[in-house]
Amino acid sequence: MSVTDWISQVIGLGPQEALAVSLSLKVAFWAALCSLPAAILTAYALARWTFPGRGLLNGLVHLPLILPPVVTGYLLLLLLGPQAPVGALMNSIGITFAFRWTGAALAAAIMGFPLMVRAIRLSIEGVDQRFEEAGAALGASPIGVFWRVTLPLALPGILAGAVLAFAKALGEFGATITFVSNIPGETQTLPSAIYAFLQVPDGEGAAIRLVIVSIILAMSALAVSEVLARRVGARRSGREGIR
Amino acid sequence: MSLSVQLRHHFADFEVDLAFQVPSGISVMFGPSGSGKSTAIRAIAGLMRPTEAQVVLGDRILNDTASRRFIAPHKRRIGTIFQDARLFPHLSVQQNLDFGKRYAPTTVSLAEEKRVIEMLGIEHLLSRRPSGLSGGEAQRVAIGRTLIAQPEIILADEPLSALDAARKAEILPYFERLRDEADIPILYVTHNPLEMARLADRVIVLENGRVSGEGAAVDILSDPSVLPAAAGGALIEAEVVECHADGLVELRAGSERLFVPGSNCAEGRKLRLRVPPHEVMLATKRPEGFSALNVVEGRIKAMHDVNDAAVMVSLDTGAGALLAQITRRSVAGLGLTLGATCYAVIKTVAIAHDNMGFSGPNAVKGGPVTTKIT
Repeated sequence: MSVTDWISQVIGLGPQEALAVSLSLKVAFWAALCSLPAAILTAYALARWTFPGRGLLNGLVHLPLILPPVVTGYLLLLLLGPQAPVGALMNSIGITFAFRWTGAALAAAIMGFPLMVRAIRLSIEGVDQRFEEAGAALGASPIGVFWRVTLPLALPGILAGAVLAFAKALGEFGATITFVSNIPGETQTLPSAIYAFLQVPDGEGAAIRLVIVSIILAMSALAVSEVLARRVGARRSGREGIR
Repeated sequence: MSLSVQLRHHFADFEVDLAFQVPSGISVMFGPSGSGKSTAIRAIAGLMRPTEAQVVLGDRILNDTASRRFIAPHKRRIGTIFQDARLFPHLSVQQNLDFGKRYAPTTVSLAEEKRVIEMLGIEHLLSRRPSGLSGGEAQRVAIGRTLIAQPEIILADEPLSALDAARKAEILPYFERLRDEADIPILYVTHNPLEMARLADRVIVLENGRVSGEGAAVDILSDPSVLPAAAGGALIEAEVVECHADGLVELRAGSERLFVPGSNCAEGRKLRLRVPPHEVMLATKRPEGFSALNVVEGRIKAMHDVNDAAVMVSLDTGAGALLAQITRRSVAGLGLTLGATCYAVIKTVAIAHDNMGFSGPNAVKGGPVTTKIT
C-alpha cells in the first residue's frame, strides 16, 4: 500500500487530496534533508569564522525570508528553467528542476534555508568553546573536534532547525507555484492543492480537509521543534554544573 | 624531555615578557592573578599566538615567531588539565577516556588504561555522565583522560582552585603520584602557597608579567626577596631515622635532628616539612627549661622588612634555610645583626609533602599536616 493510498483510506481524503499530502511530505522531507549539510556548514561559518564577505553571506542566506516568494520562484525559473543556460546544462546531465517535484523540493529548501541556518547557528554559538579547546588539547584535529564535540553538542538545535525547515517546506506556496507550477501528482503540494480547490465551485470541502491536515502537520512539527529546543536549553543549563 | 619557553605579548594595558624552563618533575608556576600565568599556559598549549615566542619541547619547536613556525594545538602533544575539568557533557566517563585514547600517538594498551583508571580510583565512575560527578571526581577523570592521550608534558592550569578544601585534599595525592610515577614534566599553575609547598620540585614565580624568581623549591620558598612572607616559608627535606615509643618520629634534616609526632612511621622515609615563618622564634642563647623540642642553630643571612612592625629573618642552619618572622622590637632588643649566630625555636611543623604516605595524627587524608610540637 502506497503512502497515498494509506492517507486516502485512513484519513478519508480524496485521491487528489491524498496525492497532494503525500507529495508535500516527500518534497518537505527531501528539502529538509538535502539542505541540512549546507545549512550546518553555513551556520558554522557564520558562528565561528571571520572572513571577508561574511556579512554578504549572512544577507544572502536571509534573502528568501525577506524577498516576496514569487520573486524567489521567478529567479529560480530564470536560472534553472529549461531555456536558461544553467537549467539546460543540468538538463544535459539528467537533472531537471523546472515543473518537477525536485524543483518543488529545491524551492522549499531555499525558502526554509534561513530558518534552518538561524536555528543551527544559535545552537553552535551556544556550544562552549572551552570543550573544543579541551578536544584540541587531547590531540583532536579541528575536523575531529567538529565531529566529536561541536556537532553532538549542537545536535538538538540542528534537529530543531531541520524540523522547522520541514514545516516551512510543507507550507511553501509562492516560490513553488512560480517555479514549478501546480501539476497534480508532480508539483501540486498541500498549499497549491488548497489554492486549486478554492478555484473550482465544489472544491471547498476538499480545501477544508486539507486545511485541517495542514494545521495538524504544522502543530506537530512545531511541537517536535519545541521539545528539541527545550533539550538544548536543558543541556546548556546542565553544563554550568559540569566541571 | 624538557620545555623551554620565551615569550612576549602586548596586551592593551599589560605586557608579558617571560622566559623559563620546565625540566622533568613538577615545576610550579606561582603568581597572583593577572601576573601572566594564563598567558604562559595558553601560549604553550597553542591556544593563543604571542607577539614574540620561542617554545621548544624536547627537540620540537612548537612556536617560533622569528621563523614563523606555529604548531597547531592538537599536534603539540601537550596535555592540559583545566581548572574546570571540561569533561564532554555528551559522553560518559568511559567515552571521555576513549576520546583521549583515540588521539593518543600510539595504541593505548588495556593494561595501561587500567593502570590509569586504578591510579585515579575512577573505576566505579566509568558508566556515569559528567553531570553526575562531584568536582573532585570530574577532575580525576579529566586527569585520566589527559594521561591516556600520552602527552609529552602536562600543563595543569590551577586544577584545584575551583574545588573546596576537602576536594583539594582528595586530588593533591594524585598529582604527587603523577610526579613520582609518570616520567614527564608537569607545569603546575597555582596561586596557593600550600599546593606549591607540597608539590613543587621547582618554582617559577611570576609578578606583573615577569619572572621574578626561578629555581629549586627549597631555595625559592625560603627566599623572602622573591616570595611574599605569606606565600613562602622554609622547606626542609628530612628523612625518618627513628620511630620512638612515645609516638614521636625522629627526623634527620641535614646535620640537625627534628621531632614530629606521627603515626604510620617507618625508618628511611623521606618527607618535606614546611615551616611557616610566624611559627619560628629566635633566641641568642640556646634556650633551656623550655618545652620546645626543635631548636636549631643558625646564622643570620639576611633581614627583610615585612611591614612597620615585623622583620623577616633568613637563617642558614644545619637543617637548611629557615625563615623567622619577628618584630622589629625583638631585632633591636636581641641585637640581631647579619652574620650573628642565633637559635631558631620551631613551634609548628607542617608536613608539606611526603613521598611515602607518612601522615601525622591530625592528617586530613592527603591534606597538609600541621602539628604543634612543644
